[in-house]
Amino acid sequence: MQALVIVAHGSHLNADSSAPTRDHADTIRAVGAFDEVKTGFWKEEPSLREVLRTVESDEIYVVPLFVSEGYFTEEVIPRELRLEGWDVSKWDSDGVDADHVSLTAADVGKTVHYCGPVGTHESMTDVIIRRAESVTGDPDVGEGFGLVVVGHGTERNENSAKAIHYHAERIRDMDRFDEVRALFMDEEPEVDDVTDHFESDDVVVVPLFVADGFHTQEDIPEDMGLTDDYREGYDVPAEVDGHRIWYAGAVGTEGLMADVILERAADAGAEIGEAIEVVRERTRSAPAAGD
Amino acid sequence: MATDAEVRPDLPARQFDALLDAANEGPGVQFDGLYVHRGAEDYDRLGGYTLGTPEEERTNLSESEFHAAAAARAEYVTNWYFWRHVVGGAERRGGVEGDAPRHHRRAFLRWVERADDGDQTVPERYAALAGGVSREWGQLRVTATLGPAGERRYELRHVDDADASLDDLDAFDDPLAARDVATYDEKGRYRPLKTAPTLRSGWVIRNLDQRAVVQAVDAFYPATIANWNLERAGELDVSHWDETAERQTGIYDVVDELSGDAVDRIAESCCVDSQCLKRRMWDENEETELGPERGEGIFPCREPCSLVIAAARKWTTLEREEPRTYEFELTPSEKEQLEEIVDAVADGRIDEIREADVYDGANRYRARYLRAKRFDEEGNLSGTPTEPDGADAGGGSGGDASESGEADGDEAEPAE
Ligand code: SF4
Repeated sequence: MQALVIVAHGSHLNADSSAPTRDHADTIRAVGAFDEVKTGFWKEEPSLREVLRTVESDEIYVVPLFVSEGYFTEEVIPRELRLEGWDVSKWDSDGVDADHVSLTAADVGKTVHYCGPVGTHESMTDVIIRRAESVTGDPDVGEGFGLVVVGHGTERNENSAKAIHYHAERIRDMDRFDEVRALFMDEEPEVDDVTDHFESDDVVVVPLFVADGFHTQEDIPEDMGLTDDYREGYDVPAEVDGHRIWYAGAVGTEGLMADVILERAADAGAEIGEAIEVVRERTRSAPAAGD
Repeated sequence: MATDAEVRPDLPARQFDALLDAANEGPGVQFDGLYVHRGAEDYDRLGGYTLGTPEEERTNLSESEFHAAAAARAEYVTNWYFWRHVVGGAERRGGVEGDAPRHHRRAFLRWVERADDGDQTVPERYAALAGGVSREWGQLRVTATLGPAGERRYELRHVDDADASLDDLDAFDDPLAARDVATYDEKGRYRPLKTAPTLRSGWVIRNLDQRAVVQAVDAFYPATIANWNLERAGELDVSHWDETAERQTGIYDVVDELSGDAVDRIAESCCVDSQCLKRRMWDENEETELGPERGEGIFPCREPCSLVIAAARKWTTLEREEPRTYEFELTPSEKEQLEEIVDAVADGRIDEIREADVYDGANRYRARYLRAKRFDEEGNLSGTPTEPDGADAGGGSGGDASESGEADGDEAEPAE
């Protein structure tokens, strides 16, 4: 038997943070690729400390629903899951290359295939594009459009910016959008000046966040000038300085995220048959999770 | 309700075949009073079949006699089949099929129908199951009933709805409906602690099979089944305050500064039964017990939870402050009123205080009157500034903005 355990941050304050995690778990449960699909959280229950004991399977694939490598994926999750012999060097990553490592979880004595975060997987690029398609309602969106991948950006974690640049680069290489930029909340180049960076009239803005929350629902819309007060909402698209800004909200709520989770587990050796294809198809028509 | 009437289920061919296989190939069956083997003893495979129950033993049976005997004791056979082949997690010890260690689902389901204490024979248990056997798990009422071929069906509802008619409840069949029910309390407030005694009532989740009921219970009260079962086996890995605090990094690194007295107050504030249904098994450390009641809950708490750690971080910064002496002018009743207000907030009683109940010190009009009379324009009690020089600093006004603005979930942690 094999189990998938999706681990995420969660929140003590609101249900939105973990809603996408549960939705993606449901999507994956529905394709039946795993005997068990569980979720575990830093701030909710089951906690990271206790999620593994709720699993009956002997083979456990743990996929972190985080956007980059850093404090959580390198320190908190391995510690809380009690992965014996964990050391960040086992990932041999330059910041976006973590794949997986197989270790024993001390409290349950089972093998855990600990995967890199969803945010740095190459298939995440497709989710960003799918998000752009969803928000514009156009499956062929690209021509005449600019696209921004927005990251938190923080001095404490340079990998966060690396992940943003990685996907922006890959999208640029596809030659699908007229212009592609990586912008940040807390560092240059900043998302506040989004329109300065584009000639295209239409710009899709996709924040690389796993869930909607304070940053994606309040900060970014106000910083970009979509609204003066987030409580009043904003239009999609919204007019800013003669550009139409198509603000997508957190990419993590996109149904196709379930695919990235599956890809991570499959890369680590999970036997999942056709699940990836099925999820790709099913999430195409489904409304975005957590909306 | 439970009666002594016999409940004889059907014996489907598949179940009899499994029994036949066990008799022919394995060492036979010894489970919940049923024993079955081929030959005179369970190690000898020649000769007829034996089928015994506490009521009678039939030996040297031909296959068709064996089948008739099994059908006549179908409660035993279907019971064995359910636990052996549907639930799983059986392990043979000294010839008897017992529960495999750490098979939490099986242990829980055995407990639900009171099979774990072995006080009832299988027919007695089936008679009880026919009417429904209910047990309480936190604020959940779990009821097991019996299907026509011995399969179990389960239902979950709030303990307060024990006698409610189905028509009055929102009915669900999906075990994951539990997640939605558990997310918000009766007043629509988010529940960050799943084991807080604030589960709303008015719903029922029905027609659950043995896996689904465990999935649902685990959605209401995550990991409680596993921890309860580990505790029963003497294997609960308790992590006391000291080691848990020591383990923290990042913004929670500071919580190991708290004194034992403060930890005592934390347990009293967060972990008693009025706040959390888990039974606190952690203490300050292995040697030093904490004072507050552990609680009466059926499932244990094995370490300070994330909510407690997050709150402890706040208390750590607050406890860094030194006490000062202030002078306030209050009438005796006003002093008592302040105490009443703190009590009302601490006991979660605010919403119960009626609008016109001006006899209650925590009544809104009473509090507004007190504020109008005793607070100055800056909100200082009896005009006494928090800082001697009048500067408004320190924890008095609710902490720094970066913390109180943590709308994204505490969570002033590096994003990734
Ligand atoms: S630490 Fe306290 S509040 Fe948290 S789960 Fe345990 S008993 Fe409940």
